[in-house]
Amino acid sequence: MEWAAGNLGRILGLAGQHFVLAAVPLVLGLVISLPLAQLVRRHRAWRTALLTVSSVLYTVPSLALFIILPVVLGTKILDPANVIVALTVYAVALLVRASLDALDSVDAELTLAAQALGHTPVTRYFLVDLPLSLPVLVAGLRAVSVSNVSLVSVAALVGMPNLGILFTEGLQRDFVTEIVVGLVGILVLALLMDLALVLAGRLLSPWARLVPASVPRRRSRA
Amino acid sequence: MPEAMIEFREVSKAYGASIAVDRLSLDVPRGQITVFVGPSGCGKTTSLRMVNRMVEPTSGTILVDGRDVSTLPAARLRRSMGYVLQAAGLMPHRTVVDNIATVPRLNGVSRRQARARAHELLDVVGLSQGLADRYPAQLSGGQQQRVGVARALAADPPILLMDEPFSAVDPVVRQELQRELLRLQQDLGKTIVFVTHDIDEAVLLGDRIAVFAVGGRLAQVADPEELLRAPADEFVAGFVGRDRGFRHLGFYDDGGLSLDETPTVALSQLGAMAPAEWTVILDGAGRPAGWASPVSPGTVVTGGSLHRAGGTLRSALDSALSSPSGRGVVVDDDGRFLGTVAATAVLAAAERRRAAVPEEA
Ligand SMILES: Nc1ncnc2c1ncn2[C@@H]1O[C@H](COP(=O)(O)OP(=O)(O)OP(=O)(O)O)[C@@H](O)[C@H]1O
Ligand SMILES: [Mg+2]
Repeated sequence: MEWAAGNLGRILGLAGQHFVLAAVPLVLGLVISLPLAQLVRRHRAWRTALLTVSSVLYTVPSLALFIILPVVLGTKILDPANVIVALTVYAVALLVRASLDALDSVDAELTLAAQALGHTPVTRYFLVDLPLSLPVLVAGLRAVSVSNVSLVSVAALVGMPNLGILFTEGLQRDFVTEIVVGLVGILVLALLMDLALVLAGRLLSPWARLVPASVPRRRSRA
Repeated sequence: MPEAMIEFREVSKAYGASIAVDRLSLDVPRGQITVFVGPSGCGKTTSLRMVNRMVEPTSGTILVDGRDVSTLPAARLRRSMGYVLQAAGLMPHRTVVDNIATVPRLNGVSRRQARARAHELLDVVGLSQGLADRYPAQLSGGQQQRVGVARALAADPPILLMDEPFSAVDPVVRQELQRELLRLQQDLGKTIVFVTHDIDEAVLLGDRIAVFAVGGRLAQVADPEELLRAPADEFVAGFVGRDRGFRHLGFYDDGGLSLDETPTVALSQLGAMAPAEWTVILDGAGRPAGWASPVSPGTVVTGGSLHRAGGTLRSALDSALSSPSGRGVVVDDDGRFLGTVAATAVLAAAERRRAAVPEEA
């Protein structure tokens, strides 16, 4: 504990770097996946193709990606861009599927109602489809957020500064306290990011938690 | 200005080999309620959706106010017509006012103006202002349906398209909503196309009824009275139902129905009398309070519906058939006793009326 107190500044600094490396790809992944999902949504073949590609991408080992990317991008091995690009690739791989699930979760009856009211495709996407798919989307984001936090620590193996460094250092120096602090730090960071996502989701869709008092029965369409 | 607000001209819709709507030609008159009725799968919804281009016809033309709808931009066309769906189709992420304000907002009306209009509409459809900021999930089925109607009316469109709007609520609420719609229509005079598979609802609401048959064929278009009296073919006759003869009495008023004198007794005198025949008991204001029976003196036998003079023969016949004495009790508008009527007399009146109406060719 004294060690942690004595190195608090450094630990918080590493936590900050860890957060940035995990959060930026999350945002980028979302910004890329949502339009991609919308593009392929109505085309069965494209949809299957995109889902297949993203599954394959996700199976590439992260360590390999951290080493190959500098060669491909022409960046230095310790450039944070490598991690950000690599994790964005994983985030897209996961979020494309999550976005499709989210958009599919919108009740067909509501899509029809929106059309009948006279929404254009654009107003419908932003005012109906997107807000209604938010609860499912947040579930997807939470999974990616946790996955990102853990993947960032892998980048510590190539020397990228983040909480994972405490782990590698502790191992080298046979210093258990440092390993434990690294572990706990990563855990806490993952929990905090998850909490933030849950709260944001609740704030943005207060309606989603309402238990329907009475919903009219729906006859299935002939 | 064409007489008909909506004109279907030889409109067909095919899905692959199956025909959903078969060469439909029909005029929907301005300012009236036209009901599309028929069994499931006969193309009612498809026909309705071709009006606002949610479904494009395979062939044929639909004119709205004289203009071919296929030449109008779809989104704008739809905003010029209110649409009410079966399960209300309210946006669960929008509050009641924001749901109602949807179409004005899409039309570019400011949020404040659109909301003010939405609050007005809460009153129009009989919802309390207290519901304004609730989410749809916090409303009953009947309330949701009212919000659905308010939303359809928000931009004050001349046309309302309603697809089985009341079929998902219980019978009591449904009756209330039907009456409300008729009341609204008296004030608004919209051109309404109303889809239902319930012939009673069609007869109650429709100024004109279009009966669809399986295969998307239009079997008959008529006003409700004619439909019940003279169904065009076996299919229509079967669809309008077995008791259509009885329901048809609802179109005859009771003019010419002669009342019979019947002994009466004041409620206060009841204890002292032993009636020789069925006697009507009257309260202090002259309103019927029940029957005194010759079998069990001193008791008030209630039951039997009252027939208000000036009502329909259907109500008179029901009154006679439901009365413990076999005689229907007839009252005036203030509920005061006028006389009684026997079922046979009602039937005789119906017979005379039927003879007076020329048979359809
Ligand atoms: N998108 C579609 N693709 C294929 N067939 C369809 C489609 N929409 C409707 N149909 C078919 O067209 C026919 C007419 O359907 P429609 O929904 O208009 O019937 P309806 O009269 O409204 O029936 P209901 O009373 O059950 O609502 C049905 O046989 C239906 O299966
Ligand atoms: Mg239908």
